[in-house]
Amino acid sequence: MKKSYQSLEDNPTNNMKQVIYCGLTSKIYSLCIVLLLTFSTTLIAQEGDPVNGKSLFNSNCAACHKLDKPMTGPALRNVEARLADEEGLDREWLSAWIRNSSSLIKAGDAYANKIYNEYNGVAMTAFPQLSDQDISDILAYTAAPAPAPVVVDGPKGEPVDQGGVSNNLILGALALLFALLAMALVLVRRTLNRFADAKGIDVVTENKRLPIWKAFAQNQFLVLVTSIFFLLASGYFVYGYLMQVGVDQGYEPVQPIHYSHRIHAGDNGIDCKYCHSSARVSKTSGIPSLNVCMNCHKSISEVAPETLAEGEEFGVNYDAEIQKLYDAVGWDGTAYTGEAQPVKWIRIHNLPDFAYFNHSQHVTVGGIECQTCHGPVEEMEIMYQHAPLTMGWCINCHRETNVKVKDNEYYTKIHEELSKKYGVEQLTAAQMGGLECGKCHY
Amino acid sequence: MSSNKKYWKSVEELNENSSIVEALQQNEFVEEIPTDEFLGDKESLESSSTSRRDFLKYVGFSTAAASLAACEGPVIKSIPYIVQPTEIIPGVANYYATTIANGFDFASVLVKTREGRPIKIENNTDAATNGIANARVNASVLGLYDNLRVKAPMKDGSKITWGTFLSETTTTLKGLNGKAIVLLTQSMPSPSTNKLIAEFKAKYGNVKHVAYDAISESATLDAYQAKYGKRGMANYDFSKAKTIVSIGADFLGDWQGGGFESGYATKRIPDHGKMSRHIQFESNMSLTGANADKRVPLTPSEQKLALAKLYSEVTGNSAGGVKLSDGLNAAVKAAAKEISLAGRNAVVVTGIQDVNAQTAVLEINAHLRSVAFDPNTTINTRQGSDKAVSQLVADMKAGKVGALIMAGVNPVYTLPNASDFKEGLAKTELSVAFSMKQDETSSVCQYIAAAPHNLESWGDYELKSGHYSMMQPTIRPLFDTKQFQEILMSWVGTTGSYRDYLKSVWTKDILNGASFNKAVQDGVFVTRSAGSSKGVGGSSTTIETSSTELKDKKDRTFLGGVIHDVAVGVGIKDEDKDEYVTTTSSTTVNNAGTNNADVTSVLTGGAAARALAKTKVSDGMELTLYTKTGMGDGQQANNPWLQEFPDPITRTTWDNYLTVSQADADKLELKNWNVANGGLNGSYAKVSVNGAEAVTVPVIIQPGQAKGSVGLSFGFGRTSKALKEEMKTGVNAYPLYQNFNTIQSVTIEKAAGEHEFACVQLHNTLMGRGDIIKETTLEVFNTKDKKHWNAIPQVSLNHVETPVTSPDVDLWDEFDRSVGHHFNLSIDLNACTGCGSCVIACHAENNVPVVGKSEMRRSRDMHWLRIDRYYSHQDSFEADDAKKDGFEGLFGDNGSLGGFGEMENPADNPQVAFQPVMCQHCNHAPCETVCPVAATAHGRQGQNHMAYNRCVGTRYCANNCPYKVRRFNWFLYNKNDEFDYYMNDDLGRMVLNPDVTVRSRGVMEKCSMCIQKTQKTILDAKRDGRLVKDGEFETACSAACGNGAMIFGDVNDKDSKIAALKEDDRMYHLLESVGTKPNVIYQTKVRNTSKA
Repeated sequence: MKKSYQSLEDNPTNNMKQVIYCGLTSKIYSLCIVLLLTFSTTLIAQEGDPVNGKSLFNSNCAACHKLDKPMTGPALRNVEARLADEEGLDREWLSAWIRNSSSLIKAGDAYANKIYNEYNGVAMTAFPQLSDQDISDILAYTAAPAPAPVVVDGPKGEPVDQGGVSNNLILGALALLFALLAMALVLVRRTLNRFADAKGIDVVTENKRLPIWKAFAQNQFLVLVTSIFFLLASGYFVYGYLMQVGVDQGYEPVQPIHYSHRIHAGDNGIDCKYCHSSARVSKTSGIPSLNVCMNCHKSISEVAPETLAEGEEFGVNYDAEIQKLYDAVGWDGTAYTGEAQPVKWIRIHNLPDFAYFNHSQHVTVGGIECQTCHGPVEEMEIMYQHAPLTMGWCINCHRETNVKVKDNEYYTKIHEELSKKYGVEQLTAAQMGGLECGKCHY
Repeated sequence: MSSNKKYWKSVEELNENSSIVEALQQNEFVEEIPTDEFLGDKESLESSSTSRRDFLKYVGFSTAAASLAACEGPVIKSIPYIVQPTEIIPGVANYYATTIANGFDFASVLVKTREGRPIKIENNTDAATNGIANARVNASVLGLYDNLRVKAPMKDGSKITWGTFLSETTTTLKGLNGKAIVLLTQSMPSPSTNKLIAEFKAKYGNVKHVAYDAISESATLDAYQAKYGKRGMANYDFSKAKTIVSIGADFLGDWQGGGFESGYATKRIPDHGKMSRHIQFESNMSLTGANADKRVPLTPSEQKLALAKLYSEVTGNSAGGVKLSDGLNAAVKAAAKEISLAGRNAVVVTGIQDVNAQTAVLEINAHLRSVAFDPNTTINTRQGSDKAVSQLVADMKAGKVGALIMAGVNPVYTLPNASDFKEGLAKTELSVAFSMKQDETSSVCQYIAAAPHNLESWGDYELKSGHYSMMQPTIRPLFDTKQFQEILMSWVGTTGSYRDYLKSVWTKDILNGASFNKAVQDGVFVTRSAGSSKGVGGSSTTIETSSTELKDKKDRTFLGGVIHDVAVGVGIKDEDKDEYVTTTSSTTVNNAGTNNADVTSVLTGGAAARALAKTKVSDGMELTLYTKTGMGDGQQANNPWLQEFPDPITRTTWDNYLTVSQADADKLELKNWNVANGGLNGSYAKVSVNGAEAVTVPVIIQPGQAKGSVGLSFGFGRTSKALKEEMKTGVNAYPLYQNFNTIQSVTIEKAAGEHEFACVQLHNTLMGRGDIIKETTLEVFNTKDKKHWNAIPQVSLNHVETPVTSPDVDLWDEFDRSVGHHFNLSIDLNACTGCGSCVIACHAENNVPVVGKSEMRRSRDMHWLRIDRYYSHQDSFEADDAKKDGFEGLFGDNGSLGGFGEMENPADNPQVAFQPVMCQHCNHAPCETVCPVAATAHGRQGQNHMAYNRCVGTRYCANNCPYKVRRFNWFLYNKNDEFDYYMNDDLGRMVLNPDVTVRSRGVMEKCSMCIQKTQKTILDAKRDGRLVKDGEFETACSAACGNGAMIFGDVNDKDSKIAALKEDDRMYHLLESVGTKPNVIYQTKVRNTSKA
């Protein structure tokens, strides 16, 4: 455990704050209204439910608001009380603002205009679908006191360490025990010899027998067999060693930014080709340019405490990693400074120059899942090379994989004629010519 | 030992008293070996801290370290964009239409860019009228990545900023006190630039704009101007001509700016038994002459006489008494007769730089009302005036020029009187050269304004009147460069970018409502009213009256009133074409244009011919200066692709030379000979023009060179910092270019020494081996069956003659290739002019290395595609065949022993054939069966694959290849200081195609039939879920060939062009008798000669 964090994000939202699109489609609006109408009760709920409020906040407000820090919009901790105390505005005003802020602004409300101008003239998205109950739930959530900073420190990691220590201790003790036993044996043997000496008993010594190594050396057949064995074994190992030269399976370099595929592709379920978009049309999958990262990370500057805690297990502070992205792209939290520092990623999958591989052929035409070659990326905290990327590995797949010919006019005729020729239902890539040297080497 | 014989190893041993024998009994050597000489003196050796053991330790350690380090993979970093431009997808190529206009070559092109880097130049097929990209234009992309480019503006050899440059030059320009400012530029048919120059003139006053062509077409321009009233060159469309007579015009080369080959080639392919007939009168063996049906070698002065004679024969006007030798007289008369027979379908051209000659030709074509001759559409790519340039040099020497601003020119190198120019340059108060290089001129100027490459610039060019071509940047400027136009704008004080300026000019004057963006996208724009162009410098109005009449006055509907468009004949249905007679008369009112001052008094018609007829046939030698296909005017001399490009005629690389006929060579005792390693050596000759300093040039004996004439090419002998040492090849011919005349009378004498050429093909003939180049005459082709002129070779099977195509005589079993694609490449020997665009295109596409002169001489050239040139021993190849077949026995008059020796020598005026040869992709490939490691194997699609990583370099395959198309990497040609060409620096390597492996040492390589391109086409179709259309498959060479000589495609697509060509009667395979079943097919050459 490297360090504990003094000031943690004390926002008890679960996991990562979600981003919603500012303009929800009208369908969702109407659906929500219907639902609300069905379930809404006539009572005017003054006391909101902070638990429900939290989920509503996360789904509706978190894209632009935080509780304790101004973002696109102002910080919302105790907003109701604050407004009442400082501006003398009641919940009615607040409800009106939430449901349709622009009409308030147009109507010339002083505070509404002040806020509007303060935040660069960006009007807040209207939420007409929120019921009074919803609003009071949200406000109840915002009124909840700030939790004391959670200090995440060592204890979580310690047991592992202790386990390590105790294991070592046990092993050490066992070793000591064996050493003692061995010593005892030697001692006993010596004592017995001494007794025998004292009593004049001749200890039968076997010095007339040839030592085993001599006997072995004299047995030419055994020597031959053994040397053949050793030669073969060393040949095997040398071959094995040489064959893995240049094969970097499991290569997991430390990257300049700790980017977690587990969170992005796994937890958040972002499609691979959202970031690696050129895999669809190009030979390279493309390392996403930083503006793609900023599509989301403009509004995600910090991760949820749970995620942060997960990061502890990997010894990484995700918030700091996001900050590295901001430094690279030149984002100061509100605007681009123009001082960019390109990220020098370390390339993991390195095909030799003489091998041609085209992503779009496999991804778009062949419809192969990325995971087939790249492994369980959605579980990888740090990307590593899953496949050996050797020619044998390529060829095996070409032998086993059927060509995806459905609805592709290009293949219709070729497939029909070739499958007839080979007498198969479905052609493999190899039968389509996928084993020819020149298909990959030119 | 049973005998007493004395054996001795040296006569010394027989001498009993020899001390040597004594010494040798004790020692291995008679004297102590002088080891000190190479080990240094003993003291220093002993005082050295490195002992022998240490040395071995280091060697051992470094070997071990190197091998250990090799096991560890390097860390490769990838840096993505911060903000990725939307048009760039890594791994996908973008194409931009632009223009190459470097003052010598003008072409509308497409540029292929990868990840923002231009890597290849291709033809812009939308720009049909402007000709194709020639070898030099194809190679110009490498000039972008030239390491020796000027990287920032310079003053007196040190770098300055553009701010300093501008402020200093503006101050000087303003303080010239009435002294003239001269803009000396390349031919600049650019509407926006001319407008800018006009604004510059208005602002500074006393400004002169002089256009300067390194190789002048001034006589052509003067003659045209005198006849038609505006400066330009008449346009010729050889696709319309049935009979072409050329007198000294290398129109497949750089005559009038070039770009005529594709039109010419279309009519060279026999279509329904018809093809054009081409008669060439010339002195040097040019590319054009090599393609002619009939070639008459004659000296330059005889050419003038021949032209005068031709004029009088064709027009009927007397040219005075023309004295010609009998043979020549008959040849001219025959040509005149053919012209008269063809009537309107004939055209006459000349390359003689003489106003009278040019006038005579204009008169002849006008008289013929030739359909191929279009005086209304002018070619604007040459604008220079010899007089103006000479005047400028005189003015400079007289100190009348205050400021000289140059753009796109290198007069210190290209002017014959360069020393005068230099002297004058020193007298100017301001000298600025817009240049990409520290070349001969810019390095003696005060300021070098670092200019961008064409591929980094904006621009617009009216290549022919009404045919505009757009230049747009394909990459951001690599260095701190600014265009001439940008600086002009700053000097004038115009704000905004040059692009905006250009756009406004186009929107206002050219586009006439059409979209600017579309013009940029297409790269070309043709105005409907092409023909009447508005001059920008001085306004000239051309009033045209055209009338179209029915020739035979049949009652027909009058088609659309006035029929006059982009080209004569547009708008008339094909079948009606010959029925109409279009007469166009132009009256041009020229209102005090700048060009007006240059008009010379030009004789017209008969007077010009009579003047020509007075030409005296010179007794001495006459030199014709010419441009080589590879080098042009020499501005791209630092381009290793072009240096290594073999000249189509002499097949010599990295050199220029004096071409001499065999007869003259014998007289002057000049020799060519081959040495043991196959290299060609030659004598030197001293060439001097009326007292000027003599130049010493190596000599090549050129078959077909007219007796009494010699040839020498421009473009070599460059000096200065603009070139790497290796590129400073050849001899500068410009000092011989006196009075801007390509024809000079010279004295030649043998000089001492011998020159080593890097020549890739000997000057021998085909020796009657008709299975390499098959050819026939049009008459035979039209009248006889295929078996008479394109028979399938027979081999003996059980003493029965069997065609070699029969499976019974095959060593291999046939593989079924009927499913999927099966690629074939057809090469039409009729349409191939030998221009070499394909060679350079292949170079660029396939990362072919450059090996340098000394390796070329060892026949280690790496070109995947070569264009073989064959001569004939008799007058024609067919006569060669007949002679060979007529051999009887070894000795005697018809004996093969002497006969073959004789046949090695080409005739005085041999026929020439060009044959592009690349890997033939044999279905039964001899190379594949001998590879011990199966590195070369056959694909189902017909391509012979080469897996470089598998090759161990035994070279068995190259030995077993009957076509000798495999190339071996004797060295590592990239990142190797020994081969300091483009692959040795980071900048030069940017041109490499990322889809093709860069080969390493010890590996065999060869043409892959551009498998990366066919695979890409297939993948695109797969991704779109569609079939591949005919014409989509291309190789680099077939795409570069604008002549239609190379057609590539899938023969399994039965409707494709290539499938039809494979079944054509003219089709044959190279060395078919070997039974290799190649996938490259050739079309028999048909010559339009009546003689068998």
